[in-house]
Amino acid sequence: MSIFIDSDTPVIVQGITGKMARFHTKDMIEYGTNIVGGVVPGKSGETVEEVPVFDTVKDAVKETGAEASLVFVPPPFAADSIMEAADAGIKYCVCITDGIPAQDMIRVKRYMRRYPKDERMVLTGPNCAGTISPGKALLGIMPGHIYLEGNVGIVGRSGTLGYEAAAQLKELGLGVSTSVGIGGDPINGSSFKDILERFENDDQTDVIAMIGEIGGPQEAEAAEYIRDHVTKPVVAYVAGLTAPKGRTMGHAGAIISAFGESASEKVEILSAVGVTVAENPAVIGSTIAGVIR
Amino acid sequence: MDIHEYQAKDILSKFGVDIAPGALAYSPEQAAYRARELGGEKWVVKAQVHAGGRGKAGGVKVCSNDREIQEACENMFGRNLVTHQTSPQGKGIYRVYVESAMSISREIYLGFVLDRSTQRVMIVASGEGGMEIEDISLQKPDSIVRSTVEPAVGLQDFQARELAFALGIEDGMVPQMVRTLKGCYRAFRDLDATMVEVNPLVITVDNRIIALDAKMTFDDNALFRHPQISELRDKSQEDPRESRAADRGLSYVGLEGNIGCIVNGAGLAMATMDTIKLAGGEPANFLDIGGGATPERVAKAFRLVLSDENVQAILVNIFAGINRCDWVAEGVVSALKEVQVDVPVIVRLAGTNVEEGQRILAQSGLPIIRASTLMEAAERAVGAWSNDLKLGVNVRAV
Repeated sequence: MSIFIDSDTPVIVQGITGKMARFHTKDMIEYGTNIVGGVVPGKSGETVEEVPVFDTVKDAVKETGAEASLVFVPPPFAADSIMEAADAGIKYCVCITDGIPAQDMIRVKRYMRRYPKDERMVLTGPNCAGTISPGKALLGIMPGHIYLEGNVGIVGRSGTLGYEAAAQLKELGLGVSTSVGIGGDPINGSSFKDILERFENDDQTDVIAMIGEIGGPQEAEAAEYIRDHVTKPVVAYVAGLTAPKGRTMGHAGAIISAFGESASEKVEILSAVGVTVAENPAVIGSTIAGVIR
Repeated sequence: MDIHEYQAKDILSKFGVDIAPGALAYSPEQAAYRARELGGEKWVVKAQVHAGGRGKAGGVKVCSNDREIQEACENMFGRNLVTHQTSPQGKGIYRVYVESAMSISREIYLGFVLDRSTQRVMIVASGEGGMEIEDISLQKPDSIVRSTVEPAVGLQDFQARELAFALGIEDGMVPQMVRTLKGCYRAFRDLDATMVEVNPLVITVDNRIIALDAKMTFDDNALFRHPQISELRDKSQEDPRESRAADRGLSYVGLEGNIGCIVNGAGLAMATMDTIKLAGGEPANFLDIGGGATPERVAKAFRLVLSDENVQAILVNIFAGINRCDWVAEGVVSALKEVQVDVPVIVRLAGTNVEEGQRILAQSGLPIIRASTLMEAAERAVGAWSNDLKLGVNVRAV
């Protein structure tokens, strides 16, 4: 099995009746994802793409045996939906929603600590493009056809920059084991370190590509983890070399507010622990290829 | 979203933080009148701009009579205050705050931030108030004390007491300090702030603890539940291009270069700017038009980027994932026909149906410079811009 999902992992979509959720539910089913239901309070009995809608996540889990969930719920209600998934026994949750208040995410993270670590739901996102294990399942909004099956594990904060990397790999005939978006928000479900740990222990992944950007401590924390625990080669790119200090660059979390948060500092920190850094976004694919060969 | 000092003080005082008596003025005459209303013999006139470092930049003046107040105000109103935190253009002064001067015995730094490592609210304090926190952490790192707040229960009295003792607050004033810390925390939590900074927090000679300066930043994503905070938005303090972009749902940050960027996705937008720099140019802006690059959004983006008169070439970089390159290309073509673009336009498309997209661009009859990789696009943009400079064509507003 890939790190989070497989072709038979039963998946529900929270907020499935929304326009964007309907579109992507169809797309995911076409890709082969085992979508078994959806959740929208007050809409039980309806169907979307022939899968049943339930009022609560607990109902959906009981009826379908769902293990993973994709959250498309609007920002004011998204944190609540993530906690609902965690409480219903969902094992893996991807939150696509962009615009969740940071303090709501602080509450979500605190809430999830009530479950013992080995039973705790894994959350990736919010504000991410999702997770894909090519050829198996797609949990998110990324275009499935740009990913070949392969042995490169990708983890990144940005959606389209992750597509860029996958497309460059495809050009070179290289494929991806799993690509995980951890999202562009300041408080997120999983960090680079959390995903690196998964890839290190994943027998389908031989090389890890990490796509970071300015802001926050997670790239530096990942560097420390790589130094002490990662034996597989890691390639990194960090976006935002030209980003001014103190300005938010699109992603709520992309802001340089402390020492070590600029792109050049992150590149330096990562290089120091033996990570191969791609100097510009156009050579992410070829840098990975160079490490493989 | 940032607010002014006087607004932050008003908010904090409602949460039990003491502030000095003060009043807002929109003209020199009004400022003098406000000072008479406040009474006393000494006042501080403070320019209200969304930036720190006002004191050194001449935005804070101590005055002891009407004439001095008027004079201080005349040097402020209508001018732009340039501090180390502003752009070289500075920020316009349209309001001043007149405050009774305090007799100070000690200055303390107090900050509340979202700590991304612990994913909690962190309190950062130092007995070395009045300096910027960056300088404190470089020059007096040992003076900094920190405490993180457990979100389920909030800031506890003992934590506030620990901070007070660590800062060397006299025993009799510890309860006042606890009230101040808890007030700031509650304001932060209840109003979805991302930063509360009181610098300095002062102890007066008569043993009062007062927020002498205050800054608050709010989470844009949470403004929907705080309409009273949204109303404090002051557009005069924003880059007009950025305000215009925000009103149109586009994410834009103005920079100093000449190559405008139109990109989908924040990470790819930053990466595009970086590539321009590597190719020897300077980006004029960050612009994320969002995942779905619809023709309307592309047209809006062209208008926005062109409103910056420094822009001498535009690089469009779209990775079409869910949408298709042919559709994006049609959007670019119709935008270029609709908006008069008088600078070279370089377009790089990638993703779904890229060949079809390229064909549409090529057959449009428009002078679009096409590129297939990001590096090639950046090089062509820089090349087109520097060529134009040499030939003296298409150069706007030099």
